[in-house]
Amino acid sequence: MRTRYAREVAVVAFAQSDHQRRTDELSEVEMVMPVLHQVLAATGLKAGEIGFTCSGSSDYLAGRAFSFTMTLDGVGAWPPISESHVETDGAWALYEAWVKIQTGEADTALVYSYGKSSPGSVRDVLTRQLDPYYLAPLWPDSVALAALQAQALIDAGETDEQALAAIGARSRTAAGSNPHAQLSGPVPQGGYQVRPLRTGDCPPIGDGAAAVVLAAGDTARRLCERPAWITGIDHRIEAHGLGLRDLTDSLSTRTAAEHAGLFDAPVDTAELHAPFSSQEVVLRKALGLGDAVAVNPSGGALAANPMMAAGLIRIGEAAARIHRGESRRAVAHATSGPCLQQNLVAVLEGDPS
Amino acid sequence: MTAASPPEVLRAPLVVEFPFTRSLGPVQSAFLTGLREGVVLGVRTSDGRVMVPPAEYDPVTAEEIRELVEVAPTGTVTTWAWNGEPRPQQPLGTPFAWVLVRLDGADTAILHALDAPGPDAVSTGMRVRVRWAAERTGAITDIACFEPCEGRERGSARPHDGVFADPVTGIVAEARLDYTYSPGRAQTAYINALSERRTVGERCPSCHKVYVPPRGACPTCGVATTDRVEVGPAGTVTTFCIVNIKARNLDIEVPYVYAHIALDGAGLALHGRIGGIPYDQVRMGLRVEPVWTDGGRYPDHYRPTGEPDADYDAYKELL
Repeated sequence: MRTRYAREVAVVAFAQSDHQRRTDELSEVEMVMPVLHQVLAATGLKAGEIGFTCSGSSDYLAGRAFSFTMTLDGVGAWPPISESHVETDGAWALYEAWVKIQTGEADTALVYSYGKSSPGSVRDVLTRQLDPYYLAPLWPDSVALAALQAQALIDAGETDEQALAAIGARSRTAAGSNPHAQLSGPVPQGGYQVRPLRTGDCPPIGDGAAAVVLAAGDTARRLCERPAWITGIDHRIEAHGLGLRDLTDSLSTRTAAEHAGLFDAPVDTAELHAPFSSQEVVLRKALGLGDAVAVNPSGGALAANPMMAAGLIRIGEAAARIHRGESRRAVAHATSGPCLQQNLVAVLEGDPS
Repeated sequence: MTAASPPEVLRAPLVVEFPFTRSLGPVQSAFLTGLREGVVLGVRTSDGRVMVPPAEYDPVTAEEIRELVEVAPTGTVTTWAWNGEPRPQQPLGTPFAWVLVRLDGADTAILHALDAPGPDAVSTGMRVRVRWAAERTGAITDIACFEPCEGRERGSARPHDGVFADPVTGIVAEARLDYTYSPGRAQTAYINALSERRTVGERCPSCHKVYVPPRGACPTCGVATTDRVEVGPAGTVTTFCIVNIKARNLDIEVPYVYAHIALDGAGLALHGRIGGIPYDQVRMGLRVEPVWTDGGRYPDHYRPTGEPDADYDAYKELL
């Protein structure tokens, strides 16, 4: 294996909830806890044995400040544990945990993230992450911004509405084998949400959670038969102003992929966080993925897109394929912000068989 | 002790509303003041391109940029999306197109709404012009929207000193989001029981501590608390403080006592006000019971039961 970093770190376990449109009967901790128990059980570790815990979530989804404290009870936070939180997708929480293990301050990490979109209107909620001077006062919602990107791709001749529909259909067919998916099987393409994007081009809105256990070196080998080694991980951001960017490309994704060593060898699997069908077109190009690569065999974000967890789920799904021996080398991608503004790329590899 | 009954979910509207007051830097101030005066300004980036809307730092080099220029109120659509069902607070109430527009003289595009009769009237490359709002205050909404126009691209960016009388130096960004809050299974049971003037907690199946109010999980063991337990109604003052400053909108005479109260059977203390006893006679170990007022959704305060004080050893773990 490559020795790009100070320590070998692997994903040794992954769990996720059954993603649903609403979970009114569950508080955040009640939704997260079964997933935490499942991922710990897979490793045989107890909550108190974890070296570092990091979570991802968003106050704006919950409509309250310090909302991450609502789930801390679920990780057994008394007596005090080594804990941190990111106010974004759990993929970035995983990055922080990976850094913590690289520093040698922990050998294992529990990473989890969750989002309940059902209490609010997520399209409106997400407008509050935009530039407050020029964008937020106009309330352009997440579908509208993705639709501007989709039209730019169509104008550039990189896709058309039929090809976009095929991406949605392929994703939801693939999700037929994913019991956690919110949408699977034949789903009508539906009418325009914001033209050119139809319902089938947009992600379902739902509640869900995911958790991953990371471990270093021999600890990983002890906890997992086939660890999914993180041989590269990097994340990049680009200008916030949509009118400054070439929306048909994702330079930040490509740069992150270069630094993660993606292009050093071929991959067989790609789990891409593309909430909109058009964004898969952009990501495939940025990552140089050919037809031989299995893209989103889990169904991807078009089948289940729990906010703040969908990116971590991409890493978990890619790792799980390595755990099951279905993949040798996989790429996982997570995104945050409008039109793929921030992107994280992780390369995962199994031990040579 | 009873097993948890099937969830009967409570719901309540939750409105989060805040007027974010934001100050503007020199470039944003000039841009928004310009809009108020019917002038569109941009800024020249380190490599000579004209950025509209302008930022104060170069997006590529991160250098400070301050060279203002004026661009035309006409431009070209670089991409668009037809919004058939406008959402509340968006610029137009009738169906419209979202557009990115590169104004004549600019090298980057600005996001706004385009008023057009339908999607067939919109295309990338079409010519548009600013429709100014009737009343302008120095905000991005001073551009009411764009509207289609004829004519070829005209003009290049001209130098502008960015100086206006009475410049806008800040904006108020109103933000209101509407939620429907559901407290989940454990807290629903707690609130429902309070409506019957009962207090219920939940016991950890692992360490057997009883949490009041229950949040559904034991923070020590990290497992679900599912065994519902009725606690109280009486309890013991574990610690307290004397409040001497009157809070606004609070109809309680000072000084009064605010205390931690360990209800009988509970594994941790709740907090509440102590009444029915002079403030300087409240003490650790005092036995108290809740006093409900008509229509109250939780105890108004706690008053002495008249029992002998509890032994320190009986509540020292609950301090």
